Amino acid sequence: MYKILEAKELAANIFLMVVEAKRVAKGCQPGQFVIVRTDEEAERIPLTICDYDREKGTITIVFQIVGAGTQIMAALKEGDAFHDVAGPLGCPSEFVSEAPEALKEKKMLFVAGGVGTAPVYPQVKWLHERGIHVDVVVGAKNKELLILEEEMKAVAGNLYVTTDDGSYGRSGMVTQTVSDLVKEGKHYDVCVAIGPMIMMKFVCKLTKELGLPTIVSLNPIMVDGTGMCGACRVTVGGKVKFACVDGPEFDGHQVNFDEAMQRQQIYKTAEGRAFLRAKEGDTHHGGCGNCGGDQ
Amino acid sequence: MDVLKKVPVREQDAKERAANFEEVCLGYNKEEAMEEAARCINCKNAQCIKGCPVAIDIPGFIEKVKEGDVAAAYQVISASSALPAVCGRVCPQESQCEGKCIRGIKGEPVSIGKLERFVADWAMEEGIKPQGAKEKNGKKVAVIGSGPAGLTCAGDLARLGYEVTIFEALHEPGGVLVYGIPEFRLPKSAVVAKEIENVKSLGVHIETNVVVGKSVTIDELLSEEGFDAVFIGSGAGLPKFMGIPGEQANGVFSANEYLTRSNLMKAFDENANTPIMRGQKVAVVGGGNVAMDAARTALRLGAEVHIVYRRSEEELPARVEEVHHAKEEGIIFDLLTNPVEILADEKGWVKGMKCIRMELGEPDDSGRRRPVEVPGSEFVIEADTVIMSLGTSPNPLISSTTQGLEVNKWKCIVADEEFGKTTKEGVYAGGDAVTGAATVILAMGAGRAGARGIDGYLKNK
Repeated sequence: MYKILEAKELAANIFLMVVEAKRVAKGCQPGQFVIVRTDEEAERIPLTICDYDREKGTITIVFQIVGAGTQIMAALKEGDAFHDVAGPLGCPSEFVSEAPEALKEKKMLFVAGGVGTAPVYPQVKWLHERGIHVDVVVGAKNKELLILEEEMKAVAGNLYVTTDDGSYGRSGMVTQTVSDLVKEGKHYDVCVAIGPMIMMKFVCKLTKELGLPTIVSLNPIMVDGTGMCGACRVTVGGKVKFACVDGPEFDGHQVNFDEAMQRQQIYKTAEGRAFLRAKEGDTHHGGCGNCGGDQ
Repeated sequence: MDVLKKVPVREQDAKERAANFEEVCLGYNKEEAMEEAARCINCKNAQCIKGCPVAIDIPGFIEKVKEGDVAAAYQVISASSALPAVCGRVCPQESQCEGKCIRGIKGEPVSIGKLERFVADWAMEEGIKPQGAKEKNGKKVAVIGSGPAGLTCAGDLARLGYEVTIFEALHEPGGVLVYGIPEFRLPKSAVVAKEIENVKSLGVHIETNVVVGKSVTIDELLSEEGFDAVFIGSGAGLPKFMGIPGEQANGVFSANEYLTRSNLMKAFDENANTPIMRGQKVAVVGGGNVAMDAARTALRLGAEVHIVYRRSEEELPARVEEVHHAKEEGIIFDLLTNPVEILADEKGWVKGMKCIRMELGEPDDSGRRRPVEVPGSEFVIEADTVIMSLGTSPNPLISSTTQGLEVNKWKCIVADEEFGKTTKEGVYAGGDAVTGAATVILAMGAGRAGARGIDGYLKNK
């Protein structure tokens, strides 16, 4: 069993938990993920690692309620435990293996969307700890759904917050901010974009036009997370890759996002879609595979 | 009684079982087992033992069944096999022990597999456990993977007095016995879980959720965690796809995914939390045991199921018994047929599969006649689900993170057959990670060889 040491709701339906997982905490790197299960009958749910404490042997995970499995997870409290936590899985972010001197020469831009802010955080923190300051754009649907702002501010070089409805920070989608920053004369060598598939698609469309190499982190459907089942296969540069062992990070300009989004719909039932719409209320615009918000 | 024929084994009726996940074969009772055992002529130079990858004293245990002393029969088997209830069910006996049986020359061989199953099930019901080591020798061995190779290796080493820890990547031990082979062929809680309990009762510790190569490396196990030797039984690896157009469409699955959902995650049960696609018309591509398992699972989930295989019936790599059961249950075999494209509707969901007819040409390297396309013979099979069962390629997780561990040109771990010795000191390997996808019993044989190798290595260290 993997004890939950801290559990809190960051925003409506978005939760943060600090979980005891010694083996994962010992060796995990930014970019990697875990698979968790709440109980003996539960689904295996993949989640990117949001933070880790090697001494305490803990990891931090952040998730949004998107279905029955995450609904059950959200009900867990401090002192409860996960039945299973397996990992770290996937490959670390590319920069982890680059020479620090070379990294310092690079101008990096991180773009985080919604709950995707969580996996961006450990990357920015890792760079910050090595004296590398990067620009971060964080987008949320509205002020209430913005997460980890303080934490991100503490490790980012410049932090630009934008909300879709303009209720906080800049107004509009993250792509608007990225395009504004470049227009303002900012130069970047590489962009890392993590968020909903639809956001990553449009960030990549923009950065391709800007000639800005972009890395994305994909979250397709997975079962085992170790390469055994092939459920998470994605097409990157015309080749089939398994996100769990070849990724989850890929060259965003090579990813076939339309196919990846289509594959995310495989198990979305009519009930699931209704659930998602009801949960998200006014903030719902896509991800259900039904309303057309993804197009 | 016709002494040339096997005592028939009771099975669930084909029509009935096609709609449930209960076990197909019901096994012998004691009376039937004793009657079948009486057919064994107890050869001096028993060929059956030579056909068994773990060399069970077959005439020895059958002799005990003949006498009605099932407990003694169990001790004979369990001296050589950690998983007799599993093997009695899934071993390809027809090409191993039973294939060599003298009775088989004129008539049917002794039903060794069904007798083994009877003895193991009886011992389970009576609560008889295998005998463990009298004392520990203080040496620690790590076993990677809790499938048939790992469990056998761990069981053998524990009996020799080693302190053994198995590291399993998934949340449940058993490997392919749990995620791959379906309930109707190998019941999970009634058989697999109990045999794993038996291995644990020998003193073997199992740690789940440890992905070796990620959670910890082999080098760390040896240098930091105090293990004196390691056995790698990590299994087959990544599913292969055909590389034809349309394979990324919604509704195309690997057999591994389909079976893992149904078996490990229990998705065959409608109340399970993990979903599975319940297609109306399912095409399974491939002709091995895994293809049969996937097809028979889809059938039980309510589909019309076609096996699409590019060679003819004679070349089907699946066990004869599995093909026979599949046919009885109503699986349709589209032989000498090869997919060329998967067709999807405008929303990206599978609606059919374009295939081409094949004919057999000259024998290839494997000795089987090579299938050749018949020009212009394309046609479309209607389907909403396609399951690819084409085998696997090795998982690089362990080989890429272990210094000095050599792989061959197919990326399988290099290990000798006799002792499972790899190119790295103190590291042994066996099963699908070494041979590529094979059978449960071959993996068990390799686990046993690895245990011998490790014992020899640590005794002289």
